[in-house]
Amino acid sequence: MTLPLFFFYMFSAIAIASAVMVISARNPVHAVLFLILVFVNAAGLFMLAGAEFLALILVVVYVGAVAVLFLFVVMMLDVDFASLRQGFLQYAPIGVVVGLVLLLELLLVAGSVMVAPETAGAAVLPIDGGIENTRALGQVLYTRYVFLFQGAGAVLLVAMIGAIVLTLRHKPNVKRQNPNVQVGRKVSETLEVVKVKSGQGL
Amino acid sequence: MVSDVTDFASLAPAYPEMLLAIGAIVLLLVGVVINKERSTLVSMLAIGLLVVVAALVLLQPADGVLFNGVFIADGFARYMKVLVLGGSAFALMLALPHAEENGTHKFEYSILVLLATLGMMTMVSANDLMSLYIGIELQSLALYVLAAIKRDDPRATEAGLKYFVLGALSSGMLLYGASLIYGFTGHTNLQQIVIAIANDGRSVGLVFGVVFLLAGVAFKISAVPFHMWTPDVYEGAPTPVTAFFATAPKVAAMALLVRLVIDTFEPISHDWQQIIVFLSLASMVLAAFAAIGQRSIKRLIAYSSIGHVGFALVGLSSGTQGGVEGVAIYMAIYITMTVGLFACLLSLRNSNGYVENIDDLAGLAKARPFVAAIMAILMFSLIGMPPLAGFFAKWHVFLAAIEAQLFVLAVVGVLASAVSAFYYLRVVKVMYFDEPTSEFAAVPNELNVIMAVSGFLLVTYYFTVGGSLASAARVAAGSLF
Repeated sequence: MTLPLFFFYMFSAIAIASAVMVISARNPVHAVLFLILVFVNAAGLFMLAGAEFLALILVVVYVGAVAVLFLFVVMMLDVDFASLRQGFLQYAPIGVVVGLVLLLELLLVAGSVMVAPETAGAAVLPIDGGIENTRALGQVLYTRYVFLFQGAGAVLLVAMIGAIVLTLRHKPNVKRQNPNVQVGRKVSETLEVVKVKSGQGL
Repeated sequence: MVSDVTDFASLAPAYPEMLLAIGAIVLLLVGVVINKERSTLVSMLAIGLLVVVAALVLLQPADGVLFNGVFIADGFARYMKVLVLGGSAFALMLALPHAEENGTHKFEYSILVLLATLGMMTMVSANDLMSLYIGIELQSLALYVLAAIKRDDPRATEAGLKYFVLGALSSGMLLYGASLIYGFTGHTNLQQIVIAIANDGRSVGLVFGVVFLLAGVAFKISAVPFHMWTPDVYEGAPTPVTAFFATAPKVAAMALLVRLVIDTFEPISHDWQQIIVFLSLASMVLAAFAAIGQRSIKRLIAYSSIGHVGFALVGLSSGTQGGVEGVAIYMAIYITMTVGLFACLLSLRNSNGYVENIDDLAGLAKARPFVAAIMAILMFSLIGMPPLAGFFAKWHVFLAAIEAQLFVLAVVGVLASAVSAFYYLRVVKVMYFDEPTSEFAAVPNELNVIMAVSGFLLVTYYFTVGGSLASAARVAAGSLF
């Protein structure tokens, strides 16, 4: 058994096991932590497949931001999970049907690749084997797709401005840090050197 | 890696967009640094920026397809961009008086209008399903925030939320349509889609995609049956914001629709023609009857704008160059009328703040004869009474429909126009013949100027701007055929 194959089975096994734990863990905080484990293992799988950019983005975005957001939500909102679980058995058949449909779709996708193997290779943008994929992405993002990339950036800017406009409130009686004042302080304004005679105190 | 970004000069057709983007970011910094509650300076600079960008659009006759085919600059795009920029500039001007009360005093208001305008220019110049979507999202996201910008007002917040939820739904439909079109033609580039359709013929999947795509765009122009959000959002949003909603975004979405159906789906014109004819008929008829029961002026304007979209679509239904010319002229006149109408609306204040109900207009002719006169001119123009500009707008689109043998559409359009005369004339009757019930406050000067310009243009349209507008529209439409 070669080393990559070993890692593949290790990552996959841990990912599947922790995915099961995500939905079966009693404590929602544990469930989120298992979710993070799934993400990390999926990142490992991407790494094995040669998609190192995607692997790191998965860690940065999903583990770093999304999962932490989940944790915040779970811990800050008082969600009554016991009542959410009620009626689980009642809706189980619907879940089974949805699962079967998904399985069927997966089989169809896999089946079409089996029947016509050339479809798998028919990518619109063939990857140049010589360069790593972070560099390849950078090359198309700032040349071929520069307009769309900058446009997407403008959309994000609007989202940020919008969030600030709609939610930021300057309350009058809040003490705020003023870095300018803090940095600009002089020794003479804050420190006073007092000569104390011995035995007398202040 | 092939790229057409070789030097800065080759980007000349995109200079206006680049200037607007950089200008918006610079003004954002200016606003943050000044950091005042009310920021007239940023609004003024934003209006100036829009004027400069419009001049740049006019002075840059370089046509071209840029950025690997996602961006197109042609005569049609230039014409529509000037309309969009003009609409946005007037909307910013309308927001200047009584800004605190409207919630438009924050400097972010101007920045969001600028970024929305950037999105609209991207829509007008979209030559790819991806740039089309980015443009629409940039525009819509800014509009959602603008609707709710008066955040302590429950009605404005409701309007923003409603617009956001329904807008997200329409974006979903649009994307679904785009994915089907991509799946069945293999291209996202609009010009390559034309070639693919011409070669492979139509397929059911492609028609499905076209239907979903057109539904998404119809939501943006608020054509029936995708109009439900319009009255609520127009009523809830602060009036200057409503003025912005009713002008520039409609023109941009209409330009996008024209480019899609005339250029991209030209080989399957029989399929889209049915959709456009239905949208047009439904919009005209529903708006004519639904507006009759309205008491609120802003809801009336909302239904009126739905109806006018229907009339503009009459021209598009024909699918001919004359029809597109009619749409172009219609949108220009529609913007002039709408800006004038909102200037009147914003200048009408009594002791309770803005006048919102039609009945409160009673006796306006005695108290403020100038405003009442302009309002009456606008109402007659909206009906389509000759020799006012509104008549020529309708004349162009109906002529195109008759030339394309769409007699039913033209007849229904004229009948709907006659029905709509009832509620437009009622406003005139209330202003001139009812006894006054309340005092009206003084009118700010900038609104007087806008009203005077709008009234002058509408009355003297045939003798002054009519000829040059028609020839500009002819050039614009010609670039699509």
